[in-house]
Amino acid sequence: MDAARAAAIILRKEIRAEMRTRELLQTTVTFVIIVVVLFSFSFQPSAAETRQFGPGLLWIALLFAGSLMLNPSFAKEQSNDTIYGLRMAPVSPFSIYLGKMLANLLFLALTEVVLLPVFAVLYNVSLWPVLGRLIIVLALGTFGMAVTGTVFSAVATQARMREVLLPLLLLPVLVPLLIASVEATAELFSDAPTLDRTWLAVLIAFDIVFFVAAWLLSDYLLEE
Amino acid sequence: MKRRGLTTLILAGLFLFAGYAVFFIAPDEATMHAIQRIFYFHASSGWAAMEGTIIVFFANIAYLRTRAPKWDWLAVSAVEVSLAFWSVVLITGPIWAHPVWGVWWAWDWRLTLTLILWVLYVAYLILRTLIDDFERRAASSAIFGIFVFLGVPLDYLSIRIWRTQHPQPVLFGGADSGLDPTMAKIFFFCSALMTFLMIVLVVQRYRLESLRHEAVELRLVLDENEDEAGNAVARGNKRPSGAPITENL
Repeated sequence: MDAARAAAIILRKEIRAEMRTRELLQTTVTFVIIVVVLFSFSFQPSAAETRQFGPGLLWIALLFAGSLMLNPSFAKEQSNDTIYGLRMAPVSPFSIYLGKMLANLLFLALTEVVLLPVFAVLYNVSLWPVLGRLIIVLALGTFGMAVTGTVFSAVATQARMREVLLPLLLLPVLVPLLIASVEATAELFSDAPTLDRTWLAVLIAFDIVFFVAAWLLSDYLLEE
Repeated sequence: MKRRGLTTLILAGLFLFAGYAVFFIAPDEATMHAIQRIFYFHASSGWAAMEGTIIVFFANIAYLRTRAPKWDWLAVSAVEVSLAFWSVVLITGPIWAHPVWGVWWAWDWRLTLTLILWVLYVAYLILRTLIDDFERRAASSAIFGIFVFLGVPLDYLSIRIWRTQHPQPVLFGGADSGLDPTMAKIFFFCSALMTFLMIVLVVQRYRLESLRHEAVELRLVLDENEDEAGNAVARGNKRPSGAPITENL
């Protein structure tokens, strides 16, 4: 079977499973909003401070949400014993990885769709003028997060304490992504918003390096 | 056994000499004086840790390609030893930095990168303790290890750009540039010595890991034999006492 078609089938399965319960989305979206609200209690930022801390806050909230949301990606297959079905399916492990990764990317993007307006209102930031450029930064950052997070979700699945383990593995690996995304977002929040090419290049490099690594290592992800 | 004893003695002797050279032969540094002498052990530990990190990466790849347990033993040994050396770097660094820079810590790229690697290796070891099955543990940690190593250049790149955009008041600049020839000799001696120590520790740790593996396998065989012996007794046909336990291997 064509790898892309197989990945599309896995993606459709993930979406259907999620739409039946909406468990993942409703918990993650609520979580991310709680994080943003709690941040404002602990900092009480003024307009100038928001400009300074806002990008970091936005990305930390996203990273936390991602490290929680990515965990069930493989863990639910393990606990429902459907992992055997996936292993026996006549598709390449990379297609399974790709389908799951795209599903995670989609769910993270949906979370961001909710998060951005809430963030803009609570912190009084006008995102509208830079929205197009912000979406580019968000897309590159979220892609990198989904790529590495889906691999680590598979790695952590067979471990004990996997819920705690995943952020432990994922967050330090995402350091370059966090720095690049925060700095690129900060450039967009400044008085003369620009799309910083250097940081975009770092983000693109991160995405390519880890996507290729995931592709090369995908054969080992689903083994028993 | 004899060889290991000898290696330990040689290492101890060399370290005594290194300590002597660092404190009595090396010339006094013009601005930093005595505190600069920590640099001989600090930077050389950094080298050894980096070499260990490279060993981990290749052992991880070799494990996934060959599935030979020895590569996993090598990987975990090198991670533990590198972690020890990274810890030395992280502890001696602030001791030097406080009198010289006036702060314990600065978000210089070298410091930040060392700290990130240290955290990642701790995570690597935690991951290993949480997976019981040998093959799964070896494969999972190898995948994680490869990702960690691939992230290093990206970390370097991003921290470097980040720091040049936000300059720090105090940065490196003294000890590295234009080393006195005696200092250089002692520094290279210390680096070679630390590499030697790193290799000896990795070899020892590797031996321990292989013995541990052997012990687990022997215990499995033993359990199986006991089960069979128990069944045989239950069925009434006693096995002759004193028969070698490995008879049906």
